[in-house]
Formats: sequence, C-alpha cells, structure tokens
Amino acid sequence: MSGSWILSSLLILPLIGAAFILMLPGDTEAAKRNARWIALFATLLTFVLSLVAWGRFDPSQSGFQMIEEHDWFSHAILYKLGVDGVSMPFVLLTTLLMPISIVASWGIENRVKAYMVAFLALETLMIGVFEALDLVLFYLFFEGGLIPMFLIIGIWGHGNRVYAAFKFFLYTFTGSVLMLLAIMYMYWTAGTTDITVLLKTAFDPKVQIWLWLAFFASFAVKMPMWPVHTWLPDAHVEAPTAGSVILAAILLKMGGYGFIRFSLPMFPDASLYFTPLVYAMSVIAIVYTSLVALAQENMKKLIAYSSVAHMGFVTMGIFSGNAQGVQGAVYLMISHGLVAGALFLCVGVLYDRTHSLAIASYGGIVQRMPLYAVAFMVFTMANVGLPGTSGFVGEFLTLVGAFQSNTWVAFFATTGVILSAAYALYLYRRVVFGVIEKSNLKAIADLSPREIATLLPLGLLVLYYGVHPQPIIDASSASLDVILRTFEQAVTATKTAGL
Amino acid sequence: MYDLIVFLPLFGFLIAGVFGPWIGDRASEYVTSGFLGICFVLSWIAFFMVAGGADAHVPVANWFTSGKLDVAWALRIDTLTAVMLVVVTTVSFVVHVYSIGYMSEDPSKQRFFAYLSLFTFAMLMLVTADNLVQMFFGWEGVGLASYLLIGFWYQKPSANAAAIKAFVVNRIGDFGFALGIFMTFALTGSVSFDQIFAAAPGMAGKTVHFIGFDWDAWTIACLLLFMGAMGKSAQFLLHTWLPDAMEGPTPVSALIHAATMVTAGVFMVARLSPLFEQSPVALSAVLIVGATTAFFAATIGLVQNDIKRVIAYSTCSQLGYMFVGLGVGGYGLGMFHLFTHAFFKALLFLSAGSVIVAMHHEQDMRRMGGLWKEIPVTFWMMTIGTLALTGVGIPFTSIGFAGFVSKDPIIEAAFASQRFGATYAFWCVAIAAGFTSFYSWRLVFMTFFGERGQFSSWMPAPAHDDDAHGHDDHGHGDGKAHESPLVMLVPLAVLALGAVFAGMAFRHEFIGEGAAEFWRKSLSFGPENDILERMEHIPALVSLSPTLAMVLGLVIAAYMYLVDRKAPERLAAMFPALYRFLLNKWYFDELYDFLFVRPAFAIGRALWKTGDGAIIDGLGPDGVSARVLDVTRGAVRLQSGFIYQYAFAMLLGAAAFATWYLFGGAR
Repeated sequence: MSGSWILSSLLILPLIGAAFILMLPGDTEAAKRNARWIALFATLLTFVLSLVAWGRFDPSQSGFQMIEEHDWFSHAILYKLGVDGVSMPFVLLTTLLMPISIVASWGIENRVKAYMVAFLALETLMIGVFEALDLVLFYLFFEGGLIPMFLIIGIWGHGNRVYAAFKFFLYTFTGSVLMLLAIMYMYWTAGTTDITVLLKTAFDPKVQIWLWLAFFASFAVKMPMWPVHTWLPDAHVEAPTAGSVILAAILLKMGGYGFIRFSLPMFPDASLYFTPLVYAMSVIAIVYTSLVALAQENMKKLIAYSSVAHMGFVTMGIFSGNAQGVQGAVYLMISHGLVAGALFLCVGVLYDRTHSLAIASYGGIVQRMPLYAVAFMVFTMANVGLPGTSGFVGEFLTLVGAFQSNTWVAFFATTGVILSAAYALYLYRRVVFGVIEKSNLKAIADLSPREIATLLPLGLLVLYYGVHPQPIIDASSASLDVILRTFEQAVTATKTAGL
Repeated sequence: MYDLIVFLPLFGFLIAGVFGPWIGDRASEYVTSGFLGICFVLSWIAFFMVAGGADAHVPVANWFTSGKLDVAWALRIDTLTAVMLVVVTTVSFVVHVYSIGYMSEDPSKQRFFAYLSLFTFAMLMLVTADNLVQMFFGWEGVGLASYLLIGFWYQKPSANAAAIKAFVVNRIGDFGFALGIFMTFALTGSVSFDQIFAAAPGMAGKTVHFIGFDWDAWTIACLLLFMGAMGKSAQFLLHTWLPDAMEGPTPVSALIHAATMVTAGVFMVARLSPLFEQSPVALSAVLIVGATTAFFAATIGLVQNDIKRVIAYSTCSQLGYMFVGLGVGGYGLGMFHLFTHAFFKALLFLSAGSVIVAMHHEQDMRRMGGLWKEIPVTFWMMTIGTLALTGVGIPFTSIGFAGFVSKDPIIEAAFASQRFGATYAFWCVAIAAGFTSFYSWRLVFMTFFGERGQFSSWMPAPAHDDDAHGHDDHGHGDGKAHESPLVMLVPLAVLALGAVFAGMAFRHEFIGEGAAEFWRKSLSFGPENDILERMEHIPALVSLSPTLAMVLGLVIAAYMYLVDRKAPERLAAMFPALYRFLLNKWYFDELYDFLFVRPAFAIGRALWKTGDGAIIDGLGPDGVSARVLDVTRGAVRLQSGFIYQYAFAMLLGAAAFATWYLFGGAR
C-alpha cells in the first residue's frame, strides 16, 4: 500500500531530531546554536512531509486513509494510524506551527537543548493524537502531551510558573482519569480498542450516557469549556511565548477533535441528550469570558479569555448537529489556531523587548513599530471575525448551524460578536495607539526579520483562508457527513420513540 | 468592466499601502486617485448602459459552500447598483483629489490614501453584492475602513475613542444583521438575492419561532436586517457614533460619514424591497425610526457650535428622511434623496474642510465670522450646498436645487401614505424641514457674516480648549484666512454642479414617469403599493409646507444671527433646561455609558474576580492544589533540573519500545 510509512515518519522525524540534540555534547554556545538549527530542520522536514501526505490525501473519501496497522499488545491494542478529513487539517496545523514556534524561541538561552527536545517530543505526541486509530494509543498521545507542556511551563515559564503548571496538570489529569475508565469499559464490551471498529459499535444508550460524560470530562477541560477554563489564563501568562502558541493553537483543539471523533459518532444518543448542557455551557463561555476579557489588564490573559470564548463557538457548532455547525467548528478551530497563535507571537514580540505583559506598560508603539502595528491589526481583526479573514467563516458557519437548531443559543452567542469587537479593539488601542510616554518605549525597535518570518506566513494564511476557505471545508466535509449521518439517525430514532 | 470598477480601488490600496514607503507620497496619491478616476468614468458609462436596460451578473469565484449554504463572490449589476456605483465613485474620486490638497501637510499621506481606497473597494463590494453574506463582507469592510480613518490621527485619545465607538456601535447593528441573515437562510435555504426574492412572496404570512415567540416570518427577518441598517446609517438609538466620527479628517467625513457609507442602510432596505414589501409592520418600523431620527437629529443640530458636528447631525437627520421615503413604500424616493444628498452633503463637508484649513484647523464656529470676504469661493460653495440642503425651489414645479426636488416629495409622500405611523412621520419631517433651514443658515451666518469672533463671548473661559484643534496645533484662527488651493476648489465646483442640477436632471427617471422603466426589477412594489399615485392627490398647502418651513427657518436664523445677535443668548437663558438637553445631545452618551458601558466593565471585573477567582478556583483547583503544592514544592526544589530528564528518558524508552514492536509486527 502506497504511503504506508508516511504517518509513522511524521511521528518519528521529530524524535530523530530530538535524539540528535541529545547527542550534542556540552552546554556551549555552539551546542545551543546547533540545537536550534537541528530543531528547526526537523520541524521543517516534518512540515514538508505532512505536505506530501496532504498531496496524497483524497478529500472525496470519507473513511480513514494511509492506514498503518501493527499488533502491539496481545492483538487487542494496536499500533494503528490513519487520517481522515477531520484529522488531516489538524496534522497540517501542527506541523506548520512547530517550525514557527522554534523560530520564535530563538532567543531562549536557558537549557536550550532540553527546551528543543521538549518541543520536538510535544510535536510527536500532538501529531499522534490526530493520527491514532487505536483508543489506547490515542490516550497515550493525548495524555503524554501533558508532560512536555507541563515542563515547558514549569521550567521556561515566568513568575508564578509552578502554580500555573500544577493547575494545568491537575485539571487535565483529573479529566483524563475518567476517560481512561471509559476506555477500559469500552475494551471489555467491544473486545477491541480499534477506533474504526468502535465507530461501528452501537453502545446501549444508557451506557452511552456514562461513557459520554467520562469523555466529556476530559475534552471539556482541554477545550476548555466554562467552568473548567480557569487553568488556561494562568498557563498562558506563565508559559514562554512558543508554549502559549502551541497551547492555544494545538492543545486546545484536541478537545474539539475528541468531541467530533468520539462523542458524536460513538455516543450519538448521549450527544443528543446532552446537547442542551453543551449549549448552555457554550453560550455562558461566550458571554461570560468575553466580559471577563473586557476587564483584563494583562495581554496574555485577555487573549486567553478570548480563546475560551471562541472555543464556545466551537462546542456550540459541534453539537448543533448540522453541516454548517460542524464544518464551521472544524474551520473555526483551524482558523483560531492560526489567529491565536499569531496573537501570542505578537505579545511575545513586545515581551521580548520590555519584559512586561501588562497592558498599561504600553501605548503609542505604532510610532516606533509601524510594521508591528499592521500585523497586530490583521490578527486582531481576524480575532474579531471580520469578513475577509479566516475568523469570519468559522464563526459565521457555527452561528448559522446553531440558529437552525436553537434560536436562543444563536441569539446569545451572536452577542459575542459585539463583545469581541469591544475587548479586542480596546486592547489594541491601549497598546498600539496614543502617544509614547514610557521612557523604555522611546527606542523600541520594529519587527526583526526573524519575527517577520514567523508572522508573515500566518498573516497570509489568515487572509487567504478568509477569501478562499473552501479547501479546508472540502477536506473535512466527506468525513463529517458520515459522522453527521450517525447523529441524525439518533435524532430520528429519538423522535420516533417520542411519538 | 465591472470587475475593474470594483477591484481597481483594491489594487490602489495595495500599491499605496504595501509599496507606499518605496514609491513615495506623490506616487501613492496619483495612483490611488488615478485608479478612482478610471472607476469614476467607467461607473458613469455603466450607469447609462444599465439605465438603458443592460443589467449584468458577473460571477467572480466561489467563497464557501457548506451543506446547502452556498456563498459566492459575484457582482450583481442592476439599476440600484448602478446608482450607487455612480454615487460612490464620483464622491470618492472627488474626495481623493481634494485630499491631495487637504492632507498636504500630513506626514502619513500613503496610509491615508490607502485607507480611502480600501474604503472605496469595500463600499463597492457592498453595493455590487449578489448575496447577503457578500453584502455583509462589504458592510463590515467599510466599518473597518471607517474605524481606521476615524482613528487616523492615533495620537488623539478622542479620535481613538471615537473609532472604537463607531466600530462597536456598528457591531450592535451587525448583530441584528447577522441574525437576519441566519433567519433568511433558515426560511429560504439560501442567501443569494435571486433565490430569496423568488421565495419571498410564497412565504408571506408564514410564522416562525424565534427566541420563544411566534413571529410573522418576514416581519422578524426584516426587522433584524433593519437593525443592521440602523447601525450603519446612524438611526435613532444607534446614532451616537456618527457625531464622534467627526474626529476623522474632514475628507473622510465627506466621503464615508455623509455621502456613502452611512447611506448603506438605505441601500440595504431598497435592495431588500421584495422582502420589506411582504411586511407592512417592518415598513412602519422603518418609517417611524426614520421620522424620529429626522426630527431628533435636527433638534440637536440647532444648537451645536462645532461646524462639523452641525453637518453631522444634519446628515443623521437627512438619512432619516431617506428612511421615511422607503418606509412609505417609495423606494425610489429614498434612493433619489440618497443620490442628491451625496452631492450636496459632500459639498458642505468639503467646504467646511476648506473653512477649517483657512482657519488653521479651527472648528468652533464661535471663533469664526466674516469669512466671506477672505474666502469667497468657499463661501459661495457653502451657500450652494445650503440652498440645496434646505430645499430651495419653486413650489408646484420641479425646478429647484437638488434637495428641493428630492426632499419635498418625501414630505408629501409621508402625508399621502396610509401606513401606520405616516401622520407622525409627516409632522416630524415637516417640522424638521424648518429646523434644517434654521441650522444650515445659522452655520452660514455664524461662519461667513459679521465679524471674526463675534460669538466668542459665549465660550466658556479659558477659551483654549484643545479638542477643537486639529492634530497640528499652529494657530487659533487669529490670522487672516486664506482661500484653499485649486486642487481643493475644483472638486467643490464639481460637487456644486451636482448640488444644483442632480435633482432636476434625474427626477424623471428616479421618481417621475420614467421610474418604472428606470428601476425595472431592482426595486419591488407590491400590488397594494400605490404611494406614487396617492402623491398626485394631496392638498396644495401640504405641497407648499416644506417651502414655508424652509422660509420660516431662514427668516428666524437671519434675525437671530444677523440682526439681533443677542437673541440666541436670551433664548437660551429663557429655556435653560431645554437648551442644555439639546446641547448635550439628549444625553444619549451619558445614558448609554450608565446603562451599558460601565455595567459591562463592572460585570466583567466581577465575573473575573468573583466568578473565576473566588468561586471556580476557590472550590476547584486551588483548594485541592494548595494541599498538593505543600507536599510537592519541597520535592520539586530537591530535584529541580533532573525531573525533566527522567520524563524524557521515559518517553524515549516508550518510543523505542513502540518502534521495536512496529518492526517486529511488520515482519
């Protein structure tokens, strides 16, 4: 079978890079430089390889492609990889953002080798989450990602990093223990952890409720949904720039991916049953965290709360159970990966210069940093969901989806459109506009070529996918249609039973 | 050709915006203005072609398709679009040229011209839209350009505040617009105009469920969509951003906040006339909101002292007239007033800009006076604009300045209409016509007649409040005023031609006997819509009433500001509460601040500190992790620097293990 090596190679390539870095002797300047270049090279190679995979991917097929399968433990737990229209865009998002994160980390001087190894390991684990076709394998990747992220925040973070790291770990770990129990139960019932088989297994609706809740506990924390979101602002504030980028762009998407991959198709009856709960939590997330964002005094916290609000649109779209809602949710996740990643890079640019995240320590920097002002404006507008940027398409589709399902939900969620404009422009005004009064800003330098290299690709993609979003929508639509059909069958069955 | 009209300004924006620093100020100005010149010529050609019956539909590309939701990029060219093309490109071209003179001392010319062209592109996308979502693209695009241009002088805190206010208040309108789009899609399964319009009559009387109530389908859809129009066109309740938007450079006020962007709401209702025809309730709402705005904005205009704010409130009021025209079912009336208003209001704003430049960036009329001798050309231009705005003409004929030909029929139509709210609307717009005349002539008399600083005694001491000054603070209007250069005066003359003749030249097509042939299918009139016929049979006194109101306003203004100059103060002292109420714009800003702005921040803070902090964290992780931290902190300190290596060793081990199995299995 052609391409049967490609998905494994995506997992192994970053690890090979990590191995090379570990072999570098000493802690000299040369070793640091080499570690950076090796990491960049490995992530770029992975990105190129993922493009090859993208080239071989057939979006018209709804099933999994490029499957690799090997026995692992006693013929029950498999090493099985594959991608479909839902996972392929996320793999690409991951491999795209990794080299950008590495470049953004060029200024790290403390334990460079370990830092790069942590990121490379993280990349393998993140790609693994989206490629795994075995539930246990998925679980290992899903939870394994915690370790390097925990270390990145705990070692290379700022100020109160230990508190943030533990909060992050505690929240996510609690959720995942419940998921592990559910996985064990599913293995005893179905006799396998092969996801392709489980997708065809019909679980008893009563059992579904419990399984759904167990998975929900884990995914809701990862999203994060209100009210289990409070780890995210702290984690972002303390994380180094690249850590924030990966956290916002990729790790947050694992929850949404999980809902689409597992909750909807495997537990359709329970998903239908719990839709009101998810709607309520989504709408509260949108309104509540948008208002909280308005009151923030720290740039990273503001963007973190804005992320929670956007993830509210995602969960709302996923559980609307129609094509616009679910496709919009996938699109919004990809778009948010680009936009939030870029916004954290923008914050990092300022932090590198002044070592402050407080909004009040800036003002008027457009006078010294016109290029930066342009870049920040583009991503701010994308965050606000201005048509013509990728942010619009996802928000619009999820709202169209929700409206057809429940007008109250759409009504309140649409208020988020007003609030997002308020908090985002208010942030921009305080940081960028006005007159420079702080003495340390008087000589602040505009974007360096290296910073332009990180922001430009994201900016171009945000604009390109704002005008021409169809490639991403088409890639996922065939696979999503199958998932939606399962869900619709449950809806029809419930309706008939109710009559 | 239509592609060129729409996309040339985009290229102009890209060239000036991206390559501006390399090609320089001059080249940026010439490229953007030159492109707009081409658009201007092509648009007039298109106008006459379309008026002759050559509608067009130009597909550009697919935007996105999801399920049965299909959104295209396409240009829809019919009479309604052609009218807007002419208005937008003409005013935009004139403003581009004028700005070469007006902005000659500004250091950021490339940025300014790039934004102007970006705005023009978005506006053209809006008026050529083939579906609701593309219209929304243009709609928000002009909002972005407006935001950028209001805040163009980013050093000024007031400009930044005004920019955000404009964007956010417009977003409140867009909230309704978006819900209207969702509703329309839920009803018809499409967002494309052709399909919506085809489905509209078949769904008349259908009810839908929306946020807990059953509504008439098109009534709720139209009301939601109209909310967008109210935001963009600064109608009553959502008007507060427009006066503040005057913080932007004056050419921007002329282009965006007088002639084009703010009329987008009027265009939208006209474009969606097949939907509004299905709902008398929605049309009544349009009528009542428009009439209220026309009256209320005019009352505020009576007492303002900033030359630009007077014209801004006048714009707000005139937009209300347009909505009254639409609300009675006379879509051609509303569009005609939009068309003529674009010329004379742009003329008034650009003339005001010429005054402001002559006065060294002074905007307070109390510091002006007697300017007609020093800047005679500007004076005459301003007078022509005022004659047009106040509606000077010969009653019972169609001979008169542009505003006479387009505004007076709206007042007559309000009287003739049987729609709910029409009588209220008639009194509102008839009285507002008198107010319009008063504040317009008051502006002319205060600025150009009498002596310099004749009313400066009204100013609160000390007289050097700084927000009346422009960005470059070099003088207080004490020196002699100088007439503007030709590059600014010629554009004024072009607009003056429109202000004089636009009404008489196009009356036949827009609202006369040729209307049906001119608009064809671009405007929809239901079988019960007989407004044009009714207008034939109104009493002579009603036809005369706008002219009477206009003369009355002129006479009172002349008495108070030319003859007895103490009269305004006496009047203000006689009704102090009313005066303050009007001067403070009915206290809307204060009310909204109290009702929405402060609570939003307060609630946000409370949710953050109490909701997230005390409740969620206090009961959740902090309670638990406080214990965990006590224990582990010691452990971490002991092993710091080693723990991560263990983790990696573990991870690598796992990876090696997996690889080994992988090859083992492959064998």
